[in-house]
Order: sequence, then structure tokens, then C-alpha cells
Amino acid sequence: MSQPSHSQSLPRYAWFVAVATLCLIGLGGMVTSKEAGMAVPDWPTSYGYNMFALPFSYWIGGIFFEHSHRLLGAFVGLLTTILAAWIWGRETEGRVKWIGWLLIMVLVAMLGHRGSASSDGGPANVPAHLKVLAGIMPILTLFGVVQCLQTKGSVRWLALTAFFAVIFQGLLGGFRVALFAEEIGVFHAALAQAFLTLICFIALRSSRWWQDLREDDWHEGFASFRGLFAFLTVLIFAQLILGAVMRHQHAGLAVPDFPLAYGAAWPDTSPTALAAINARRTDTFYDEPITPFLIHLHMAHRVGAFLIFTLAAVMAWQALNPRRKYSFLSKFALTWFGMIALQALLGATTVWTKKAADIATLHVVLGAGCLVVGSLVTVVAARVCPETLQFELPATASPATVTERHASPEATTV
Amino acid sequence: MKKHSKLVAAAALALSVFAVNAGDVTGRVTLKGTPPANKKFKMDPLCGRLHKVNLHEMPFYKVASDGGLGDVVVVLKGAKGSASGPVVIDQVGCAYVPYIATAQTGQTITVKNSDPLMHNVHPTPKNTAGGNKEANIAQPVKGMKNDFKFPAAETFLRFKCDVHQWMFSYVSVFDHPFHAVTDEKGNFTIKNVPAGEYEIEAIHRKVHGATAAQGYKGEVQKVKVTAAGGSANFSLNVP
Repeated sequence: MSQPSHSQSLPRYAWFVAVATLCLIGLGGMVTSKEAGMAVPDWPTSYGYNMFALPFSYWIGGIFFEHSHRLLGAFVGLLTTILAAWIWGRETEGRVKWIGWLLIMVLVAMLGHRGSASSDGGPANVPAHLKVLAGIMPILTLFGVVQCLQTKGSVRWLALTAFFAVIFQGLLGGFRVALFAEEIGVFHAALAQAFLTLICFIALRSSRWWQDLREDDWHEGFASFRGLFAFLTVLIFAQLILGAVMRHQHAGLAVPDFPLAYGAAWPDTSPTALAAINARRTDTFYDEPITPFLIHLHMAHRVGAFLIFTLAAVMAWQALNPRRKYSFLSKFALTWFGMIALQALLGATTVWTKKAADIATLHVVLGAGCLVVGSLVTVVAARVCPETLQFELPATASPATVTERHASPEATTV
Repeated sequence: MKKHSKLVAAAALALSVFAVNAGDVTGRVTLKGTPPANKKFKMDPLCGRLHKVNLHEMPFYKVASDGGLGDVVVVLKGAKGSASGPVVIDQVGCAYVPYIATAQTGQTITVKNSDPLMHNVHPTPKNTAGGNKEANIAQPVKGMKNDFKFPAAETFLRFKCDVHQWMFSYVSVFDHPFHAVTDEKGNFTIKNVPAGEYEIEAIHRKVHGATAAQGYKGEVQKVKVTAAGGSANFSLNVP
């Protein structure tokens, strides 16, 4: 097997893919915020054209957002393909290398299609081989995840899994349109967040900074935090999924005021109250009647936000403890808390601005950012925090004491 | 020949009896209470250019100065008959016209584009189990028309344009032709209703929206229809 070099070009390229993915998530957020998910009725063509050949005269209204999203999605797919081929080629040799590259080429070739003269929506216009691919890709993605776990996160399997996932993601988006299945949009949104996290993890894992990370008692104050970091990250992912369900059920304004809910701590969902709510709901375009389920869904998202904010605040408070402030993890934790606090404010602002598309989309993008930072903090903490405590810092330890201790060669723990 | 002319005469007699025993059901729907203001918005520049002033209102409540309520669906329950001719919905000035319409199951609903720009016509029926199919048809060119038919009854079946997020039209589909939509003054006429006693229901999308998940439930009255017709007036309240 080739030894990975410490060249910075690969991690820099991976971070570029991550930024492109974040932009794609933002554009996807705008599609949902503008209710434009079906603005291009057909897939994989666009108004009967190959998607790369749609005339600019068609790029109006909701079509602009949906079509741009498809194009940027294709670009991110290309970037991910290059990343996967690069890493696989770098870390494998001989027959394994060529089999991997062949698999990548075959799957990319299968994404091609002749196109259709019809611009009508519906599954009838989807080529058969894409329907076959839609059955294969979830299995391949799952296979990749299993390989990642079995190889304890080897970068080449992370990269190949990302490649499988990005194809799967594209198919999910396409079939959401072709099958008129708004519920697929939720999986599409969730996979987008997971994919972004995966790309960022690949960028981190292939960086020299990660290679140089070692367990160090600078970070021992965070040893007990590893579980909290992981738990908070999982909670954020669950909140993101809940948010996606809420958005795709059009429940973002099911409760139109904040911090109260219809003027109370918890909204009344009795038939009388609902009758008044629906009769007076005239401040949105999308005004399908509100049901108790939609109100409870919306409130669950608020409860999740409160829980996450509270836990993050506890984490930030603990990070300021003198035992911990010498670790860079302290800065990570405080930055993460700042992002979560801003995310909570954006959530409230989304309600106050009656779900202004730009605010709601920023809320989606920052949510993705919170997930990424949490995931990376978790894995970094797992790598640098000592398994067992080497020494106990007294609560009154001064910075000078710590500095002296680390200046002493005998005290250094590697 | 004699037999043929006897048959024709019998049919004509039956029709005239029917015509004599059918009348129009008329009435008015009013709204008590103050409804909330309709959402005001600006269309995007391309659509905005189609209007003198680019400031519009969502048509949730159309209330006349004397309380007459427009866009109320009024339907006779349990009636039987067949409709003829298509229902036409147009896209004019980047708005669906009419906002509220009614049709019979299996009746052709023609949606046309009278605008010089792209729209897509996206019916999103809820009664898909009954056979109503979702569709999403592009109409990039002025003058394009597409026909739709829905085999199952459904109240306020939504048509939307995904290119322009404010564009909606709602067509209520019933299994007979005896229904109407109130005009801007709240008046309605259901034509040629066979004589008899019926229940008549008035449904407004907002006023009766709370029960949409279980099927819209409007205000119901009894009406007697004779050759001279029948009448029913409704007074709805803002919940």
C-alpha cells in the first residue's frame, strides 16, 4: 500500500469540495424556502433539454433556484469523483487500485442519458438505467459505511463512500421530482448534511495537522467531554432532520410568533383554536390548513433548539474552567457555542420575518456548520484527550504552574 | 319511420317535463366579523411588468362592502346529473383565474397560459387513492393549453405554479354538476336543478379550513327546488 504523503494539496482540495458542498446546501435551502422544488417538472432533463443546455431564457422565478441547484449538484459530484479517484489511487496499488478506478468510471458512465423530448413530470420519463442505479446506490453507500467502520475510518474508504453517497444524493433529488414525492426531500436534506460532514472529515484526516495530533495532557481537562461532544453532535443531527421534516411539511410557520406560541407558552390545538388559526392565516403564500401534528412538529423543533442551546451553554461554561483553557479544544468549544447561539437567533428571526427565504436558508446553512464543527471537535477530542488522567491539576493552579510543568521534559506526555 | 318519429316525440316530451320540473337555485353568502388582511406582495420583475402597479394581494378573503363573500363553493348534496363543456382556468398576469372553481368528476378542466412567459401547471390532488393523479406540465409559451380530468371527488384540489410561488387555484370536484362559486358580491346561481328537496352546503377555504384534514365541512341547509327554482342564503362567521 502507498504511504500517504504530507502534501497539502489534497486536504486543500478536500476543503474546496467542502465549501462547494456548503454552497450547494445553501442553494438547496433556497429551493425549499422559495417552494421551487418542482419548478423544473422533469428529471433528469430540464424542460426536455439536457440539463447543461437549458437556455438562459428559462432561468426565471423558481426555475432559477432549482436549475442552479441541479447544476451545482453536478459540479459537486464531479469534484467528489476527482477526490475519490485521487485518494483511492494514492492509497492503493496494483489490482485494487484499478478495480476501484473502474468502479468509479462505470458508475459515472451510468449517470449519462440521452434525454427526452418531453418536459412533463413523472417517472415515465426517467431512463431505466437510472432507476436501476437508484436501487444500487443505497446498497453501495451502506457497503462503504461498513468498510469505513471496519477499517476504522481509512481515508480511501471514506472517499469512496463519499463518492457513492453523492451519486445517491443526486438520485434522491431527481426522484423527489420524478415521483412527486416531497417526503424524499427529507432524506435528501439529511444526506446532504451527513455528506458535508464526511467531506470535512476527509479533509481533516488527510491534513498534516491531523497527522501531527497526539494525545497530550494539555487536553486532559476535556477527557470527560468527549461523550458530551458526541452527544451534542448527535442531538444537532437529530434537530437538523426534524427541521427538514418541518420544512418539507411546510410547518415552518405553523406557529407564527416567538418566543410565545399563539400568545401562550404552549399552543392550544383544540378544534376551536384551530378553526381560528386557519381562518386568520393570511400572511403566507403557502396556506394549507394547519393541523395539530404540524404545530407539534414545529414545537418539537423549538424544544430541540432549547435543549441544544442549554447543553452547549453548559459546555461553554465548563470550557472556561482554568483546567481546560490551555487546550485548543476550549477555543473550539467556545466557537461552537457561538455558532449554536447564532443559530438559535436565526431560528427566532425566521419566525419574526415570516420565514423570509434568505433568513430561513441561512438558518439551514449555519445548522450544517454546527453539525460539521461538532463532528470535528468530537473526533479531535477523541484523538488528543488522554484515556487516563496523568495528573490532577489543583483547582487553584495558576498558568505559571502549568507552563513550568510543561517546560519540564520529565512531565511531557506524548 | 313512424316508430322513429314516435321515439323522438317521446324524448322531447321527457325533456320538456324535465325542463318544466327544474329550476335555478340562487342565493347569497355573507361574512360576519372582520377577516384578517390578505397578504400583500410584489411579483418578480418579469411578472411585475405585466401590471401597471406591482402590488398585489393574495385572494384569501374577497369581501364586498356589504359583507358579501366571494369564492365560496356552494354545492347540492346527493344530486345527480352530467355536466357538459370544459371548465377553463387561465393564467393571466401571473395569477390563476379563477382562484376558486368547481367541476364534475371526469369533466375536462382546461388550463391555459395567456401570459408571455413560462408557467408550469402542477395539480396536487390529495385523493390519489380515488384515482386523482398529480401532474406537472410546463407551459413555456403563450397560448398553450393542457387538459386535466379527475375521476374522484375532492374539495379544493390545488393547482399551483412552481415557477411563481404565489400562484394557486383551487378546483372542487364533485360527482354531479350542481355546484357554483359565489361572485365578488357573494351571489351564486346553480342552474337547472331537478325539482326536489336537497341539502345545500357552502364551503369557504379559509373559514372552513380547520377541518380540511378530515375533509372540508361547510355550512349546510335544506333547500326545496321547484319549477320556479329555490333559494338559500348563508351567513358565515369568521371563527
